Amino acid sequence: MIKRYVNFSNLFKIALRALSNNKFRGFLTMLGIIIGVASVITMLAIGQGSKRSIQSSLSEMGSNMIFVEPGQGMMGGVRQDASSMQTLKQADYQALLDQSEYLSDITPIVSAAGQAIYGTNNTPTSMSGVNASYLNIRKYTIADGDMFTDQDIKAAAKVCVIGKTVVTNLFTNGEDPVGKVIRFKNIPMRVVGVLTEKGNNSMGQDQDDVILAPYTTVMKRISAINYFNNISASARSEAVSDSAQDEMETILRKSHKLADDADNDFRIRSQKELLTMMTSTSDMMTVLLAAIAAISLLVGGIGIMNIMYVSVTERTREIGLRMSIGARGIDILLQFLIEAILISVTGGVIGVIFGVGVSLLVKFAAGWPIFIQVYTVFLAFAVCTATGIFFGWYPARKASNLDPIEALRYE
Amino acid sequence: MAKNIIEVINLKRNFIVGSETVHALRGVSFSISAGEFVTIMGTSGSGKSTLLNLIGCLDTPSEGDYKLDGISIKQMNKDERAMLRNRKIGFVFQSYNLLPKTTAVENVELPLIYNNEVSARERKRKAIESLKAVGLADRLYHKSNQMSGGQQQRVAIARALVNEPVIVLADEATGNLDTRTSFEILSLFQELNQKEGRTIIFVTHNPELASFSSRNIVLRDGLVLEDTVNKNIASAHEALQKLPKLDD
Repeated sequence: MIKRYVNFSNLFKIALRALSNNKFRGFLTMLGIIIGVASVITMLAIGQGSKRSIQSSLSEMGSNMIFVEPGQGMMGGVRQDASSMQTLKQADYQALLDQSEYLSDITPIVSAAGQAIYGTNNTPTSMSGVNASYLNIRKYTIADGDMFTDQDIKAAAKVCVIGKTVVTNLFTNGEDPVGKVIRFKNIPMRVVGVLTEKGNNSMGQDQDDVILAPYTTVMKRISAINYFNNISASARSEAVSDSAQDEMETILRKSHKLADDADNDFRIRSQKELLTMMTSTSDMMTVLLAAIAAISLLVGGIGIMNIMYVSVTERTREIGLRMSIGARGIDILLQFLIEAILISVTGGVIGVIFGVGVSLLVKFAAGWPIFIQVYTVFLAFAVCTATGIFFGWYPARKASNLDPIEALRYE
Repeated sequence: MAKNIIEVINLKRNFIVGSETVHALRGVSFSISAGEFVTIMGTSGSGKSTLLNLIGCLDTPSEGDYKLDGISIKQMNKDERAMLRNRKIGFVFQSYNLLPKTTAVENVELPLIYNNEVSARERKRKAIESLKAVGLADRLYHKSNQMSGGQQQRVAIARALVNEPVIVLADEATGNLDTRTSFEILSLFQELNQKEGRTIIFVTHNPELASFSSRNIVLRDGLVLEDTVNKNIASAHEALQKLPKLDD
């Protein structure tokens, strides 16, 4: 006897027909899925959006940054505060510069706070003693004039590059600051360049209220110290960020001649860590929201199962008839399974549209950062189909196992 | 001699109800050849429903064998029997069993949906042809709930004929109809039998119907009580004419 294969297109038509005979019921069943999918998409969009906004404001600060700070250490048995440590020296910087493979830019940072004066104007600001690499690391650019040169660093020249806020506060009548001499902590310094405006960072700090000077100048002429406050660097790429961090640790331990069992007398932190720290709350919220949304999807699935179960009971005679005229168990099983999948997938499509709509509404009405990832949409479809198969299976199985004789007699 | 379409050989069917075994059929043998119109009668409990289920390949015998069109169903599994029903049997039920909210054509197409060898176009053509044969040419796209009982049963008969079965099995096919409509349906069966040579098995508990068939098998307590050939077949069409006219 010839084997008969399942004719999906016919079964599909049958299922579609059954659904169109019961449109309102079908819609109510779908509603559970629609709400479930829409809330999953919206919640993930909100979660991803807030994460993205943190990420972008952090990446504006710099790219793949790694910071080395003098760490906790002991001095004659007394644990010292990190800021008073003087462990980062020129030799460390030189060692990193010579030996590092994963770093693209390195700069020492020496900070000093004080009053900047020009003519009759003065403003409290801070000065960072850096090298030219600092611009790359922190993503600054020069708007006007030039950055100071390596020669300036070698000579500890009294030159500086100033941020927009400093310009606004000191040069009130709109003069061109380039070439003018300002005073910082009573040291006259010639302005050679102006930084492009950068705005506030994610912590609300004004990134334009800054004066950059050669680090040698700040060390020798302003603060009179022989150590750095920290060393900042950029990894070549995000991928090698961890390797770069390990490499820096090795180089610095060697440079500090630490014994194998000794603790580090410095601390290395990366932008990645900072990011993880800052996004951990938003990640947790995303998971929480998505979990709640997933529960509503589950409830929707149970709704499908319930309705399919009722439908099978209600259509017992139809099933009996179909079997008596030649439908096999698999034909009946697939008919009901396709029906369940149609409900869930249609619900999924409407849910996606609805979810995207609500997300956009939240974006424009409430001004929240929203980001819809394409994979969440595909995920929603996959979950819907899976829901349909999972919750449609039992009722469909029940239908296909009916005895045609009993089913035909069913009242 | 016409070909034997149905061969029932010492057929037995037992059901286990709780701890007891019920012998619904205790050894039934007969054969039916092509072109016969057989009525199977018996009171309830005589085993006629069990016999019908077996002949219709909905059930398998406990003992004995049954051959439909030369094929033994004893060793067949559920799916094979489903396919056999699809190709060789046309069912007509007492309660029509049409799909609700569905047109006559779609109802008649149903058996062919489960036959991959028939294309959608051919399916529709055959369904319309079949509906014309039962006198419903003007009701093709009426939905099942818009038709009278007699019309619904005609749709059911068209559905039973659409796959060109070797046998039409009718189970109390006139049981839900009034006398006039019953005769109409009966005369349709006679017409199909006499003009088109369809083999029909008509299971009923109504003894009056025996006079319209060519052969009558009576069951009692799971055995064949009588098996008589009717030489003098009454015409359902004539009986219909003799009924008093309705004044409407």
